[in-house]
Amino acid sequence: MASRTKVKTLTIDGKRVGARGDATILEVAREHDVYIPTLCFLEGLRPNGGCRMCIVEIEGSNKLQPSCVTQVYEGMEVHTDSERIQNYRKKILQLIFSERNHVCSVCVSNGNCELQDTAQKLGMDHVEYPYLYPHMEVDATHDRFAVDHNRCIMCTRCVRVCEGVEGAYTWDIANRGINAKVITDLNQDWGDSETCTSCGKCVQVCPTGALFEKGKAVAEMKKTRQFLPYLSVMREEEE
Amino acid sequence: MSKARVATIWLDGCSGCHMSFLDMDEALLDIAEKIDLVYSPYVDIKEFPSDVDVTLVEGAVSSREDLEKIQKVRENSNLVIAFGDCAVTGNVPAMRNSFPLESVFERAYKENVTVQETVPTETVPELFEKVRPVHEVINVDLHMQGCPPPAETIKYALTEILEGRTPELTDKTRFGK
Ligand code: SF4
Ligand code: SF4
Ligand code: SF4
Repeated sequence: MASRTKVKTLTIDGKRVGARGDATILEVAREHDVYIPTLCFLEGLRPNGGCRMCIVEIEGSNKLQPSCVTQVYEGMEVHTDSERIQNYRKKILQLIFSERNHVCSVCVSNGNCELQDTAQKLGMDHVEYPYLYPHMEVDATHDRFAVDHNRCIMCTRCVRVCEGVEGAYTWDIANRGINAKVITDLNQDWGDSETCTSCGKCVQVCPTGALFEKGKAVAEMKKTRQFLPYLSVMREEEE
Repeated sequence: MSKARVATIWLDGCSGCHMSFLDMDEALLDIAEKIDLVYSPYVDIKEFPSDVDVTLVEGAVSSREDLEKIQKVRENSNLVIAFGDCAVTGNVPAMRNSFPLESVFERAYKENVTVQETVPTETVPELFEKVRPVHEVINVDLHMQGCPPPAETIKYALTEILEGRTPELTDKTRFGK
């Protein structure tokens, strides 16, 4: 590592730790086995701080910061698990559940879903907000894959892997706020996409059952994500 | 010690949660010794009684009949447990919520039938436009996720409650599975 990146010392939940100067709080926490939940973050993809699951408290600041995009500094004091954070994380998670139709019992990813896992880990046993029940489409026009917008949590992992790792730029986001949705090419059917190489990376990184392989039964739709860090590193080296 | 008065009720669900309850096998014998089952699809009692200690509610609230039943349950039960995903989230019954009720009727009573294409209006409960999880309608004391919740989890929860403790369920079951 370059000498420019000086080592910083900070505390995470009262524990003193050392870190590379350019590291993020999340990286340091993971190196020291401190659990911070994440949904949009995935090692190997450009972090975007979108889902807000990884918020932490930093002494001296009232704002909760997303730890995946916040760099450490000398003397920083981080709290990852206060009651306030737990409370907000649970609320954010509930909002994610309430915005689409996550019917776990009839989902191809039932049992292999990061959203389901996170709800369990955070002890979120019901949703206090009224469900919105939007009418969402399923696009099954691609030969091998399908997208079920009912189960999308707008983590943009598909967008980021397709542009950053595969280099195809097939996925994008249309609309804003609660009306945002992922689209392929210029909002055409995925099956008509001229850019998609059918590599399947987006399917593998999708945390929920929103992207899935056709012909897989429930619980077969296990995703493989380990390849990502290697692919990203190889790509960086090529550039 | 007097026996705990326990009830179970079945709103808009598939009865799978009640099946899972029966799946406790011989543990049912231990539980049966400690409780009086005062109302349930398992027994033939027509009226929901008063002074119930614990009621397990399977299913979501989909009709006026469900609403009336669940209000009666709340008035007469000390502890109400949302039993399974339909009760906790709306789950499968609530999948109709992203369609207008009209088109649901069309699909169920016209498109999918070969004789007597009519939407019934008499002797059937009035369906609500939206199916709702139980806690949106009444105050719920405990949420037991799962479709259905595993028999082990039901056993654990009931045993804890009968011992006077609050069961910690989130690591014992989850949505869907
Ligand atoms: S299959 Fe590959 S190329 Fe096609 S959209 Fe997914 S990541 Fe992009
Ligand atoms: S389709 Fe999957 S990967 Fe893409 S934004 Fe939605 S949840 Fe994330
Ligand atoms: S939660 Fe599942 S098993 Fe229970 S009533 Fe609903 S659909 Fe049936």
